[in-house]
Amino acid sequence: MRRGVPNRAELPVLLPFRLAAPAERPPAFAPSLSWGLALAAVFALSVGAAEAQSGAGQPAILATIWKWAPLLAQGFALNIAISFLAMAIGTALGAPLGLCQISLLPPVRAGSWFVTQFFRNSPWLVLLFYCMLLLPFEVSVAGHIVPIPGWLKSTIGLSLPVMANVSELVRGAVRSIPYGQWEAADALAFSRRQILWMIILPQCVKRMTPPWMNLYAILTVATPLTSVVGVSEAMTLTRDALASEARSELLVPMYSLLLVAFFVYCYPISRATAALEKRFAVK
Amino acid sequence: MDFTPLWDWFRWLHGATGIKLTIFYDSFDRWRFFNGFLTSVRLQAICLVLSVAVGVVGAWLQGARARPLRWAVQGYIQIFRNTPPLVQLYFFYFALGYYLSVEGEAGLRTALIGNFTWAVICLSLYAGAFNVEIFRAGIEAVPKETVEAAEALGYSRLRAYVFIVLPLAFRISLPALNNNLVNLVKTTTISYAIAVPEMLYVANQIWSDEVNVPEMMNVLLVIYVSLVGVVVYAMNKWERALRVPGYVS
Repeated sequence: MRRGVPNRAELPVLLPFRLAAPAERPPAFAPSLSWGLALAAVFALSVGAAEAQSGAGQPAILATIWKWAPLLAQGFALNIAISFLAMAIGTALGAPLGLCQISLLPPVRAGSWFVTQFFRNSPWLVLLFYCMLLLPFEVSVAGHIVPIPGWLKSTIGLSLPVMANVSELVRGAVRSIPYGQWEAADALAFSRRQILWMIILPQCVKRMTPPWMNLYAILTVATPLTSVVGVSEAMTLTRDALASEARSELLVPMYSLLLVAFFVYCYPISRATAALEKRFAVK
Repeated sequence: MDFTPLWDWFRWLHGATGIKLTIFYDSFDRWRFFNGFLTSVRLQAICLVLSVAVGVVGAWLQGARARPLRWAVQGYIQIFRNTPPLVQLYFFYFALGYYLSVEGEAGLRTALIGNFTWAVICLSLYAGAFNVEIFRAGIEAVPKETVEAAEALGYSRLRAYVFIVLPLAFRISLPALNNNLVNLVKTTTISYAIAVPEMLYVANQIWSDEVNVPEMMNVLLVIYVSLVGVVVYAMNKWERALRVPGYVS
């Protein structure tokens, strides 16, 4: 069994010596890199198989994919932009909401708890539909009519569950700080606001970073959901490209290309999250 | 039981306030929404069971001696965790589904695997990838001494896993599993994209016919939040029932 250092022993004899950096990190990376290669191999294989299937006189599969690549890259850029924006909005709204959850006022606490649970427990797709169909398509600001594009509405839809998750992260992180910290600060005559801002939250930031990054990865893989409500992101454009080519042998290569694109973007994030978690782990 | 007074009350509500809940007083809408609800619950129940099974088997394979097997499981986990579930669903349904179809008369292709089954396969594999990681963490938390004791008593690797490691690991994993299963219940809505007639799909049909988008959206949100509530409640009960007195991981 591959296990960590057995420091569960209570006896103070021969406690295992441990270097600062975990030694297993380099070998862990070698097989992980090969997963990306494996996915790329699936893509290459599917291209080869599709090439064999395509009839004579048709343009080559790779050439066809290359033709659509710039458009698909644009779509993917929109995915990334949506994920950045939704994460920013969600964090900006979720952090205060999480602080409200530890408020001393019962109504504030109950209200923010309810909002958090409601948005955390509703499906992302339903929230997307909610924002897409119920937000106005234009608003008038000081006499000017400002249109709200679909991608912006769906970004707001995605930021709602992010907000709820960030709120839970903040609450959980504050809870995870030992209570002695509060009491010690109290004894040093810090006010509640000072304790929160100067002692508790700085410690929370470190604890919250890995799960926050994890949430970002989850959000990124959720962005193709916006294609269901009609945003022209990578998924929609892939389907459009497939529809206009009308060649069944293109299905597997195109969809696997999309999978590869998301994998290449998300996998490093999940590696970094795991590495940070390991580094911040308190044994 | 006769629900007619209740349906009449909703009809009255529409007349009095304009809140148009046709799923209660229109028998056709009621029938299709109820079927959609059943399809959703069935999809969720099947996926819950299958994904846990995938997790248990995957975690067992991860401890296998054969390195290619371990790598294969690791690859499966990483690919399913780091790619969008919706794209996976499209990949399965449209790309793989195309090859798993036969050409019938008049050149129409008939799929061998229906969209409901594809949704089950895809969602179970997706949630299963997370479950493998969750169970693996649970297995790692089981003290090595316990496994060694089982070995000393002559348990084989499989039997030690089934009778000793898994029951303990399962209890340790339950909170994380809880979280993932809630996510699975929410993720089943993506089967809307391949036209599985589940609740969201049916609700979409209803609001297109009846033009009652806000009402249906709110009904959907309330039902999903309660479904998730049921899962959380059941898992918490289970967690308490499985608790080993005095065992702290």
